[in-house]
Amino acid sequence: MSLLVIAPGPLTTVQDEGRIGHASSGVTRSGACDRGAYRLGNRLLGNTAGAASLEVTLGGLVLRAEAALTLAVTGARCPGVPWNAPFRVASGDELRLGVPAQGLRSYLAVRGGIDVPSVLGSRSTDSLSGLGPDPLSRGDRLAVGRATGPLPGVDQAAAAEPPAGVVTARVLPGPRRDRFGDAGWALLLAAAWTVDADSDRVGARLRGAELRPVDAWRGRELASEGVLRGAVQVPPSGQPVVFLADHPVTGGYPVIAYVYDGERSSDVDRLAQVRPGQPIRFEER
Amino acid sequence: MRVLPAGSRGVLLEVDDLAAALELRALLLADPLPGVVDLVPAARTVLLVLDPARTDPATVSSQARALAAGANWLDASEPPGPLVEAHRAEVPVVQVPVVEVPVVYDGADLDEVGERTGWGADGVVARHTGTTWTVAFGGFVPGFAFAVADQGPRWSVPRRAEPRTRVPAGSVALADGWTGVYPIASPGGWQLVGRTDLAVWDLQRDPPALLRPGVRVRFVDVSDTAAAAEARTVG
Repeated sequence: MSLLVIAPGPLTTVQDEGRIGHASSGVTRSGACDRGAYRLGNRLLGNTAGAASLEVTLGGLVLRAEAALTLAVTGARCPGVPWNAPFRVASGDELRLGVPAQGLRSYLAVRGGIDVPSVLGSRSTDSLSGLGPDPLSRGDRLAVGRATGPLPGVDQAAAAEPPAGVVTARVLPGPRRDRFGDAGWALLLAAAWTVDADSDRVGARLRGAELRPVDAWRGRELASEGVLRGAVQVPPSGQPVVFLADHPVTGGYPVIAYVYDGERSSDVDRLAQVRPGQPIRFEER
Repeated sequence: MRVLPAGSRGVLLEVDDLAAALELRALLLADPLPGVVDLVPAARTVLLVLDPARTDPATVSSQARALAAGANWLDASEPPGPLVEAHRAEVPVVQVPVVEVPVVYDGADLDEVGERTGWGADGVVARHTGTTWTVAFGGFVPGFAFAVADQGPRWSVPRRAEPRTRVPAGSVALADGWTGVYPIASPGGWQLVGRTDLAVWDLQRDPPALLRPGVRVRFVDVSDTAAAAEARTVG
């Protein structure tokens, strides 16, 4: 059973839960940027947790089913295909994902999971290190695994579409908050941030204000230290980056805050759906 | 030891120097905290990565404090100092594997490093091969590791003013007090002193990274052997 790629869209990669436990070797977790949307797709199809899906950035993906398959699309809503609901395609059917009107990343889950070779326990494409499969190209043939569990019988999940307009993200103090003082923290929460065009799976780069260390810390280097998804890191330019799935394992610039990234709800998932030019505000959790 | 917040899924432990960071990592490996799924050691910190389905930052923070208290560590009362340069690490003598890395010392920056240190190219090679090095932590690409000299003089080699856009895979390099091997071709600002054929990153191997935190390394000069082999093939 397989899917043939007719057109890959701007960027489509295979993603799952990512690689856990290899940070000491310089391997970042990677995995789906909007983890909640990715997991919902698998649940709708009765897939085992961690089954690989396709992360589709700004739609445009065109596939041909080479067998009868059951699919689901979650995250950003793409015209032309059902959304947040399982649907069947027959062998030979073409599937066209339009460009979402809002949100950035959609997840195409397949019952049985995308079956490409695993690297260090995951099928995810890591755009920082190059581990895992290459991004999809025309002509790629993706094998589909065998479904193991029953279909849950849900017709439609009640998950909200990623919003257009201002997206708010809750933040917790980061390990180097003290370098920026109360004024820096207040500025983080007050500024009207927008996502820059050069944002990617590594991070959402923000414009809107310049965060500067207080005088006592100015010019004092920081030894590189471990960082995680959701870290709000401030390079010398003062313009913060919010790390996403393919973040570097360590960083030498101070992390002023962490975006809330809980199990049941994650504001990192929300930020993974923000389009370049879209406004963001931070609020204290 | 200072316990610093690192979001919903992390706790950052900060200590005073590299030796303390390596000891802390060893403690955490010997006595794993429940729900901690990964450790990220670095020059002065260890980041604990936790699974929020099994534990939470507050719990892990208390457990880490208890572990450190049991190891007779005191919280520092002063703010952390500036970047600590690599120094002679007081590495506990334990049974760790020593990996031999064969090196042809013909790096593009070897002569310059010889001049800057005052040791000359031969002196750099002698000192690089004359001590074991201990891997402190991994780096920016899979398989890259920062290693510090166990003995001998303090290494203090500045990075290149302009990084190269492409450093060949297998390059053996120096920066500040560190040495490392580039596992793949990548941009880089380190000073290149030689090259090795040894695969420091190999996905067919378990584990794929050869130079992991705690591993000790000895660099072996095979320049003459390599030159002789080349001469035979040419002749």
